[in-house]
Amino acid sequence: MTTLAQGGSDSTTERGTARSGRVQVSKTHRRSLPAQIGFWALMALLVVIFIAPLLWMLVTSFKTNEDATRIPLSWLPRPWDVSAYRTLFGAGSANPVLRWFFNSLVAAAANSALIVAVDAAAAYALARMDFPGKRVIFGGVVATIFLPIFVFLIPNYLIVSKLGWLDSLWAIIVPSAGGAFGVFFLRQFFSTLPRELEEAAIIDGANQWRIFTRIVLPLSKPALSTLAVLSFLTNWNDFLWPVFVLFSPDKLTLPAGLAKLQNAASVNYPIIMAGAVVASVPVILLFIIAQRQVIEGISRSGLKG
Amino acid sequence: MTTSTVVRATPRVSRRAGRVRRSGPATPYLFLAPYGVLFVGFILLPAIYGLWISLHDYDYLLPHQPWVGLRNYTDLFKSGSRDGADFWRSIRATVIFTVFSVPLLVTIPLGIAMLLNRKFPGRTFFRAVFFTPYVLGVAVVGVLFRFLLDPTIGLLNFYLGKLGLPDQTPWTTQVPWAWVGLVGMTVWWTLGFNAIIYLAGLQEISPELYEAAEVDGATAWQKFRNVTLPGLRPVLLFVMTLTILASANMFGQSWLVTKGAPDNATRTAIFYISQVGLQQYRQGVAAAMSYVVAIILICVSLLMFRLFRQRDV
Repeated sequence: MTTLAQGGSDSTTERGTARSGRVQVSKTHRRSLPAQIGFWALMALLVVIFIAPLLWMLVTSFKTNEDATRIPLSWLPRPWDVSAYRTLFGAGSANPVLRWFFNSLVAAAANSALIVAVDAAAAYALARMDFPGKRVIFGGVVATIFLPIFVFLIPNYLIVSKLGWLDSLWAIIVPSAGGAFGVFFLRQFFSTLPRELEEAAIIDGANQWRIFTRIVLPLSKPALSTLAVLSFLTNWNDFLWPVFVLFSPDKLTLPAGLAKLQNAASVNYPIIMAGAVVASVPVILLFIIAQRQVIEGISRSGLKG
Repeated sequence: MTTSTVVRATPRVSRRAGRVRRSGPATPYLFLAPYGVLFVGFILLPAIYGLWISLHDYDYLLPHQPWVGLRNYTDLFKSGSRDGADFWRSIRATVIFTVFSVPLLVTIPLGIAMLLNRKFPGRTFFRAVFFTPYVLGVAVVGVLFRFLLDPTIGLLNFYLGKLGLPDQTPWTTQVPWAWVGLVGMTVWWTLGFNAIIYLAGLQEISPELYEAAEVDGATAWQKFRNVTLPGLRPVLLFVMTLTILASANMFGQSWLVTKGAPDNATRTAIFYISQVGLQQYRQGVAAAMSYVVAIILICVSLLMFRLFRQRDV
């Protein structure tokens, strides 16, 4: 956890600290001891509120069902037990969590790659080229960002069923790539790149494809990786759509699988919590590794909005 | 960086050369085409196709889908129709959830962001902790809180009992307790997201404004009222709109924690629409309902922008 605190010094923080440094210093000097104690007590309380449920999920996954439902509740498993994981990971399990894990991984990775590829090309055209209909196209695409997703739920279900994609990962990978957020996000970024670079390349005889792949994309790595991480997280966590378009036990993604576990005839919390741990660990790791991309992506979309 | 030297040496030539079209007129459209196919196929087409469906008695498992005109819409407004009553009950649930969650999700994250905007050791760590629930997604948070809020074996009632408070509260099965649970878990889950947006907004406010206020002898509250809030106005509007839209889209929490209980009192609009359309296969009615909800939402968003612009003047 110390790495998080030290290694996560992203530019947003640095910029804020550097700029407001003078005020902050004078403030800290003035802040009294009781105020300091109050501040840290509040922070500690908040950390407990945020960490305790996650810790509870983790310890419960190592309990037996009998232990998890025994009053008084106990934070430590009595005894430590891995049968919940064994049930989920066992060969021929009715709830093949390992399979769900790979389904989620494949779908989220493919969806993220698809979004970055098609959105970058479209955003480049919209940021850097002049052509008839550009303003109408951009305006039309951006306007759809604000449409609530459930408007597309019923018709997209029918479209996906006509494509033969019901109960298949294609339904999770492809349709959400039509969303406009990435196009808008990357276009904003491309617009900030200095034009001189491309102009020099044009003198050297480069065509648009070469400029795009050799100059613009390498310069845009921060924005591209931010979009990739955000798209991956969104797809990994998507719930409403997979619950309805996937039904075979071996076709589910983790969120749809968790709903299946939750709705099982006999509720077994250690098994459900073990499934939740499997669904959480990859995204928490991704968040720790790519904290900067996630946080900056969200802050930037907020400021531009 | 040889390119930059070239540019600096011949700025005028390069500027003129930039206008020379080296690629054909089709190039922009080729760049747009892959995204265009997806946009048309899964955004534009469904938006129009949904309208078409809503004008039919549409069951995709049946061979015929007869045209019914606006009946799917008018039925919703007719008193005594079953769909209508259930639909408005689901709208009511959505409104209750939105009315209670939005104020909390607009104010608490602002407080957290202001705490995080101070200079203190480990603040990146704290920021990460507050944001972590958001990266988990509603399925994990839903099953986790179904467990935590469980009336008999849940951690919440267990600790309430230890504090000498009632320890049998039916957080998942009875209103208003179910609303407290659903709103509370949503605040826990998405608070970090709003706080991050606020934090970015706070860092955009010029420190000179605070210094000036301090020179004038402003109190902490006056600084908040006269510097922070005006500086955050666009961010506030953004957060509020985003939170209203997200609350109106509430589905997973109800689906996983209360399953709509008791007697569908916590069944939200999206919950009901997806049941009608994707479990009962009455897509015409469901499509009509989703357009009605969308229109309500668009009106709310426009109203918000209006209100904020007026207060600006």
